[in-house]
Amino acid sequence: MLLIKGNAWVFGDDVSTDDIAPSVYLTQYLPPEKLKEIAMEGIDPGFYKKFHAGDLIVAANNFGCGSSREEAPMALKSLAVGVVVAESFGRIFYRNAINVGLPVVACPGISERVANGDSVSVDLETGRVTIEKTGEILQGEEKPEFLLDILRKGGLLEHLRQTVVPELMAE
Amino acid sequence: MARAAGKETVAVGEIVDAAVDRIMITERQAPRVLDNLEALGVQKLRMAKDKVVIIFDHEVPPSKITSANAQKRVREFFTGKVTLYDMNVGICHQVLSEKGHVAPGMLIVGSDSHTVTNGAFGAFSAGIGLTEATGVLLTGKIWLRVPPVIAVEMSGRMSDRVSPKDAILYLIGRVGADGAQYKGLEFRGTGAREMSIAGRMVMSNMSVEAGGKAGIFEADEKTLAYLSPRVSEPLAPVRSDSDARYEKVVDIDLAGLAPQVACPHTVDNVVPVDNVTGRKIHDAFLGSCTNGRLEDLEIAAEILKGRQIHSGVRMVVAPASTETYLAAMRNGTLETLIEAGAVILNPNCASCASMHMDILADGETSISSTNRNFRGRRGSRESEVYLASPATVAASALAGCIADPRAC
Repeated sequence: MLLIKGNAWVFGDDVSTDDIAPSVYLTQYLPPEKLKEIAMEGIDPGFYKKFHAGDLIVAANNFGCGSSREEAPMALKSLAVGVVVAESFGRIFYRNAINVGLPVVACPGISERVANGDSVSVDLETGRVTIEKTGEILQGEEKPEFLLDILRKGGLLEHLRQTVVPELMAE
Repeated sequence: MARAAGKETVAVGEIVDAAVDRIMITERQAPRVLDNLEALGVQKLRMAKDKVVIIFDHEVPPSKITSANAQKRVREFFTGKVTLYDMNVGICHQVLSEKGHVAPGMLIVGSDSHTVTNGAFGAFSAGIGLTEATGVLLTGKIWLRVPPVIAVEMSGRMSDRVSPKDAILYLIGRVGADGAQYKGLEFRGTGAREMSIAGRMVMSNMSVEAGGKAGIFEADEKTLAYLSPRVSEPLAPVRSDSDARYEKVVDIDLAGLAPQVACPHTVDNVVPVDNVTGRKIHDAFLGSCTNGRLEDLEIAAEILKGRQIHSGVRMVVAPASTETYLAAMRNGTLETLIEAGAVILNPNCASCASMHMDILADGETSISSTNRNFRGRRGSRESEVYLASPATVAASALAGCIADPRAC
């Protein structure tokens, strides 16, 4: 589950959460099937039509900067993005992605080495990212165990369901 | 962060499990937080009523049935469980401190990225997502990595019609949208100490646009003077250690600062106003958690007094809170703005993030006192937003194009 492989869609620096899930949709409270259709619309309208479930997103610096809207990682999750690998992330997006069960890996050097359509595989446990066409392996961030645990469970809600909710119910 | 984690000291890079003093959620995110609680089958929150503040501000009063229904659900579940401010109080980041829920040294989180605003009062205050917020409601805690800090040393005195919005736009332009990524910003120097509370809030508010985790001003007499009438607890400022190590120091000479403008479509695309004067505008927006305070409305009124906004421009004003609205009403500021041709809205987020009033059409250009200008941020994908200070917004509304406020 934490070994992910797919074809990359490549973006540049400073992709904002407005790009990923435009503001105009936020008070519509879209369900997952509708969020999927607006994913990346701010930067690439109609992205969902060409994206295949399990494909990856590769980006340069500061992916997910700006607003804290969780609809951004939710939209990518609805699209069935396998993992987002970027040089770096906006901090709130990074946390939100893990919390909704969307794998994210910060990996210096990734953006120069991958073109659209390239096959990339990611080992979330070790942070190692392999570029299939060259065999090159990059070392991405190694997450602390508690974050890997949340990802294994599929997100923070499931983690809360298993740990905190039973305690609360017993009180 | 050490205090919140129950430790003597903490080191940069360390992950702490921090007790949260206050969590703020707006009516925009609350429906999905409620979805989470319902999915978990939880009716009761672990955090006490006085520590959880829910504020209705993004789309109020609601303009569609889906929003009205979502807001009704939020009201029904959370009334009695949290401190709830309904649609007649103001924008969340203004209300939280106005109503005394912020104090120096607190650890505050909010489900809105501009929660960093509370750093103006010497609190650690950061934005989080709605599932993270659900976790905080049920545990009272949050994991945080202790950030390195960039010192922003401000000196000198700003000239007339130059304001803290220009200073923060300048800083963001200089360090870039990721210049403070995962870092704290500490605003220091005589320039920081001389800045009004409202001015400090502007700078802290936009820390996040440089990627900042927090943007803090040391609490001083001004902070205590503002908060003491509003806060029931005793106030104890937190000062920086005299031997504090900063990752980097950025110096800003406020005296040499010209009015700044962030051009489409990123916040760090900042230039001095002279580079863009003469560009035609259709809309001038004055308001938001960034610049909707009394001193913002007053400078606009000073510029517009006895004059008319340009016939090709719509000017919309949304005071940041009911307290601001009343003060501006009573001292003649709102009357001046209305007579000049501006429309005054209730305190709310309006179209800062295209969720409510004053949406831009295809091909329109706006100059705005808000905090983000991403493509489509305030409406059509084919519209453009320039970010600027209240003075620059008013001067531009007068001219019908982007204008230098020092020249009018």
